[in-house]
Amino acid sequence: MDLAYTPEQDAFRAEVRAWLEAHVPATPLEHFDATREGFEAHRDWERTLKSGDWGMVTWPREYGGRGLDLIQWLIFEEEYYRAGAPGRVNQNGIFLLGPTLIEFGTPEQKGRFLPAMASGEEIWAQAWSEPQAGSDLAGVRATAVREGDEYVLNGHKIWSSRAVFADWAFGLFREPGTERHKGLSLIFFPLDAPGVTVNAIQKINGHAGFAEIFLEDVRVPAFNRLGDEGQGWHICMATAGFERGLMLRSPARYQVAAAKLAALYKQHENSVDPAIRNDVVRAFMNAEAYALSIYSTASKLMAGAKIGPEASTNKIFWSELDIHLHQTALAILGPRAELLPTAPDAGDVGDWLDDYIFALAGPIYAGSNEIQRNIIAERMLGLPR
Amino acid sequence: MNFTYTEEQLMFAETARTLLTDTCTPAHLREMMARGEARDDTRWNAIVETGLTLVLLPEAAGGLDLAEVDFAPIAEAAGYAGLPEPLVESAGVAAPLLAAIAPDHDVLTDPSATIAIQHPLNPFVADADTATVLILRHENETHVVAASAVSLTREESIDPFRRLFRVDWSPTAETRVEADQAGWDLALDRAALFAAAQGLGLAQRAIDLAVDYAKERTQFGKPIGSYQAVKHHLASAQVAVEFARPVVQAAAAAIGRQDDHARARVSHAKLVALEAADQAGRSSIQVHGAMGYSWEVDVHFFLKRAMALTYAWGDPAFHRARVAERLFRHPAGPDQLFAHEAA
Repeated sequence: MDLAYTPEQDAFRAEVRAWLEAHVPATPLEHFDATREGFEAHRDWERTLKSGDWGMVTWPREYGGRGLDLIQWLIFEEEYYRAGAPGRVNQNGIFLLGPTLIEFGTPEQKGRFLPAMASGEEIWAQAWSEPQAGSDLAGVRATAVREGDEYVLNGHKIWSSRAVFADWAFGLFREPGTERHKGLSLIFFPLDAPGVTVNAIQKINGHAGFAEIFLEDVRVPAFNRLGDEGQGWHICMATAGFERGLMLRSPARYQVAAAKLAALYKQHENSVDPAIRNDVVRAFMNAEAYALSIYSTASKLMAGAKIGPEASTNKIFWSELDIHLHQTALAILGPRAELLPTAPDAGDVGDWLDDYIFALAGPIYAGSNEIQRNIIAERMLGLPR
Repeated sequence: MNFTYTEEQLMFAETARTLLTDTCTPAHLREMMARGEARDDTRWNAIVETGLTLVLLPEAAGGLDLAEVDFAPIAEAAGYAGLPEPLVESAGVAAPLLAAIAPDHDVLTDPSATIAIQHPLNPFVADADTATVLILRHENETHVVAASAVSLTREESIDPFRRLFRVDWSPTAETRVEADQAGWDLALDRAALFAAAQGLGLAQRAIDLAVDYAKERTQFGKPIGSYQAVKHHLASAQVAVEFARPVVQAAAAAIGRQDDHARARVSHAKLVALEAADQAGRSSIQVHGAMGYSWEVDVHFFLKRAMALTYAWGDPAFHRARVAERLFRHPAGPDQLFAHEAA
């Protein structure tokens, strides 16, 4: 146990910091879910990142990455959030599908999809849920019928993040006549393919952040299937593991927010309920605990361990700490907490409200916290189903 | 940067865990309680023979000269077993302090002897009756006093295995020992850290007991552990344990620095590990239903120990204030997670 960075790690941090200082846009980009312009501005940023070789630092060089280890990835993420760099519009690709492709894809599939993902050339949406298959994902009904070297896809996907503006989506499709976890395949499809209709769904904040997707006789090459036919559930669970585990929510996000919260509290210390101080301290401790846990997991993974069902504890912890942290900020802002940043007297309300509304989604997506608690109870603790 | 234990450390921790859980079962605890004994000599001898009392002592005192990261898993195992003997406070806190301030003291040559320690944050002294010597405070002075020179009054605790005493004694020039503040600061941090480590063990034991019960007990024709309301209580408690453990480990690794950052991490560890123990203990009682409220079911041993340790060696307000000190006086943010003051 040695919780100090090596000189090489310190030098790497300095390198990341210098590059970001020179390249992060001075004014924040419009949100990628708000408008096509905002989305494309984020795609441009992904290109800029790639030009500095920062596209996806942990991936192998041959697939558009930099071949760095997980501690370097954490350092990169820390500097990224510290610099206030734009959100990663391709997170469904680089953090979810990418690691799964690296594990299950053929060399040809990796070569075809990963470099374009790392450069932002192709932005990915996820297409997990269907109207009748949410928490019970094994209830998906969309079908894939094999015809020669192609699949013909039909069905209705919903709550697909980024699908309004993205280029590609991945989802589970069923061989007709199969049930539940059997007969599912994970298949990629272009969102502009003939037969694909994408309808935007407004989020709670008014952004077109997700969509429903109708597929009518959409033809894709069999090349677009990840893993073996019928192996989709197994692969999908691995992807969900990445999502809940290390990649989806960088601790740095909360550490930056906790530091900002402490500064906000100091500014208003003399006018707010003194009891709020305990919540500010709590938010800081939560952010640090999450970060320490991720460092511990990263170290174990580097030593050859695998992420198991304990990944489900991460998702519960970060989603709950996120809400608590932002509620504390709103409590400090008091009667001004409800003001949008555009209100004439908004003052320093900043993004707290927007980020609080975003945090409310945390316990729902990537598998609801109720499902995560079932997983912990059944697979970590061994309670009966 | 390496946040893992070595194979050797893991093996030593496993040895301690096996020894304590094998020799200190709830049945053993109940026999001791029935006999009214403070110490199980067979178990204590096994603990001493395994070297657990020597972990933090320097080689000069016949110790193993290991570090807090090595002792924390032993403290966790002591919590898991609900160990009645004062292994944690004597070998984890008092003995290394004595070795620092009175390296030639006779008691250090006897690995089976225990040392009790008083601290201004604790109104009473734990396990003073079985100690050979006591480290006591008189105003700002430190005194090392033989057991024969003190008079003890038992203060009954809700924890049937916690032996608290009011200590009456007279300071003399002979008992006085020079001890700097740094030594006492480290002793407090060790005590808080190892209380936190015990909290992890107490929490896991309470969860494990509830899991065993929830698999066996049936209602409405099914094991109660198959119901989500029951599952979610225990899953939430397990989440609390999972996010307390890395804090305890990081605190153990940082404790030697004795700066604001290290102190805050120790305090963070004590807060969250004992909160996890409290949450797990109460959830376990709830899952056990009326059985959980009975003397017959063992959960209360672990809940009561957690309760006692929550307020010993600095209560939650004391430790929150130390975290606040670090947060508001030093930069915070993702690049500050392992920050420390220049040596």
